[in-house]
Amino acid sequence: MKLILAIIKPFKLDEVREALTGLGIAGMTVTEVKGFGRQKGQTEIYRGAEYATNMVPKVKIELVCDDALAPRVVETLQQTAGTGSIGDGKIFVLDVGQAVRIRTGETGEAAL
Amino acid sequence: MTKGETMTFANKFAASAGAVGLSLFAALPAWAQEVAAAAPEPVVDKGDTAWMMTSTVLVLLMILPGLALFYGGLTRTKNMLSTMTQIGAAACLAMIIWVIYGYGLAFGPEGNAFIAWGKFFLVGVTPDSLADTFSDGFKLPEYVFISFQMTFAAITLALVLGSVVERIKFSAVMVFGAIWLTIVYFPIAHMVWAAGGLFFEMGALDFAGGTVVHINAGVSALVAALILGKRIGYQKEIMAPHSLTLTMVGTGMLWVGWFGFNAGSALEANGSAALAMINTFVATASAALFWMLAEKLAGHKPSALGFCSGIIAGLVAVTPAAGNSGPFGAIVLGAVASLICFYAVTVLKPKLGYDDSLDAFGIHGIGGIVGAIGTGIVYSPSLGGPGGEDFAIGPQLVTQISAVAATIVWASVGTVIAIYVAKLLTGLRVSEEVEREGLDLGEHGERAYNY
Repeated sequence: MKLILAIIKPFKLDEVREALTGLGIAGMTVTEVKGFGRQKGQTEIYRGAEYATNMVPKVKIELVCDDALAPRVVETLQQTAGTGSIGDGKIFVLDVGQAVRIRTGETGEAAL
Repeated sequence: MTKGETMTFANKFAASAGAVGLSLFAALPAWAQEVAAAAPEPVVDKGDTAWMMTSTVLVLLMILPGLALFYGGLTRTKNMLSTMTQIGAAACLAMIIWVIYGYGLAFGPEGNAFIAWGKFFLVGVTPDSLADTFSDGFKLPEYVFISFQMTFAAITLALVLGSVVERIKFSAVMVFGAIWLTIVYFPIAHMVWAAGGLFFEMGALDFAGGTVVHINAGVSALVAALILGKRIGYQKEIMAPHSLTLTMVGTGMLWVGWFGFNAGSALEANGSAALAMINTFVATASAALFWMLAEKLAGHKPSALGFCSGIIAGLVAVTPAAGNSGPFGAIVLGAVASLICFYAVTVLKPKLGYDDSLDAFGIHGIGGIVGAIGTGIVYSPSLGGPGGEDFAIGPQLVTQISAVAATIVWASVGTVIAIYVAKLLTGLRVSEEVEREGLDLGEHGERAYNY
C-alpha cells in the first residue's frame, strides 16, 4: 500500500476528486494548509501598513491505495491539478505498513 | 443660519414654566432676559421634537454598535471584545457624568468664556423646561436637548480610544474618561456652543462639532497614544484588521447615524437640517471615492478599508460645514479632506513612527482640522455657501484657525493631565503577557469568537 500525499491549488480540488474517484479511489482526507515553495506570497496593505504574507493557502490531499494503483493516481493528480504555472504543488508517495478499518477490524488492502 | 449667528443658548434656561423657571430666570444676566422677553409665546413644535429625539438615538447608533464595530473590526481577533467594551463603557460613563455635572459645566445658567456652572444633577429641569432652537420663539423640551448633547459627549470620548486600544487597561479608560470629559470636553463644548463661550463669541463656525468632537478627540488621541507608547511588535508583526466585514458594517452605521449628528445639529426639522443632510451625503460620497483614487494613484489597489476610511474622513470634514456649505462646496471639502487624511495615515504616520492604533488622529484630528478651516471657505456665498452677502473669507479663516489652535492646545494639555492621573491610579497599560495574549482574555475573561 502507498500513502499519496499531494499539495495542490485549492480551486483544483473538485476536479482532482472527480478524476480520482473515477479511478476507483474510495476515500481521501483533505486539509486546508498554508506553506511556501517557489511561489511567493502576496502583499496586503491596510491604510499604508504593508504586510507581506509569505505563506500561500493550499489544499493537502492524503489517500492510501494499493501499490498497483499508485502510479495511475500520481499521474491523474499531476494531470488534473496542474496549470503549468508555479505554485501547482507537489506529490509525495510513501510506503504504508498497515491499515485497519475501525468498524470491522479488516486489515490491509481490504480496509481501504 | 448658523450657530454662530443665531444661537442664544442662555435663554434656553430662561423659559422654564412655573416657579422653578422664574427663579432661574431671575438669576440670568440682563442681556439674556432681553432676548427671552422678545419671544413671548414659545412654541414647542412636535415635529422638531420628534426629529431631535430621533437624531439623539441616531447618535447613539453611531457609538453602539457603529463605532464599536468599526473600531473592533480594525483590531486583532484577540482584542475585539476589549475594543468594543471600552467604547461602550466609556460612552455609558459619559452619559452618567453628563447628567451629574457635565451639562452644568457646558451649558449651565452661569459661567464665563471657558466654563459654565449650575443645573448640577439637572436640578430644576422638568418635562416643562424648554431649550432654544435657532428660530426665535421655537423651543425644544430641555430633556431632549440634554439627551442630544449627552450623546455628543459620549461619542467624543469613545473616539479618543481609537488610538490607545489593544494596550490600555480597562480601568485606565474609565479613570482617563472621567477626568478628560471634565477638563477637556465640557469646557470646549461650552466654548463652542454656549452663549458667552470663547469660540462662540469669536464667531467661529462649527455646525455640528468639528472642533469639539473631532479635533478634540483626534488631538487627545494622539497625545494619549504618544504617552502610552507603541503596541508590542508595532511595525514588526502583522497587525492586519481581523474583520473588515465588521468594519464595513460599522462604517455604514456611522454614516446613517451621522445624519442625526449633523442634520440634528440644526435643532429643528427645517431647511438648515435639510442642507446638513444633503451635505452629509455628498461630502462623504466624494471622500470615499477620492480615498480610493488616492490609493490607485499611489500605486496600490482601491481597497475596502480605503473606502471606509474615506467615508469617515468625509463625515468628519463635513461636520463643521454641514449646514454651513453648499452641496458642491461640501463635495470639494470631502475630497480635499480625504486626500489629506490619506497622506496623514499612509505616509506621515509611518514616517513619524507613533502608534495611533486605529488612526483616531489621522482621520478625526486631521479631517477635523481640514473641515474646520475649510468651513471658513465654503461658507462663502460666492462658493454656494449660505453666508451673507457681506461674508469675507479672510477674517473668517483667521477666526476658524484661532479656534482650531486653541482647541489643539487645550485638548493636548488636558489629555496629558488626564492620562498621567490614570497612570498613577491604574498603571495605564496592561502587562506584556496580557498584551500578547490579548486584552479580551486578559482584561475581560472572554473570547470574541469561540469556534
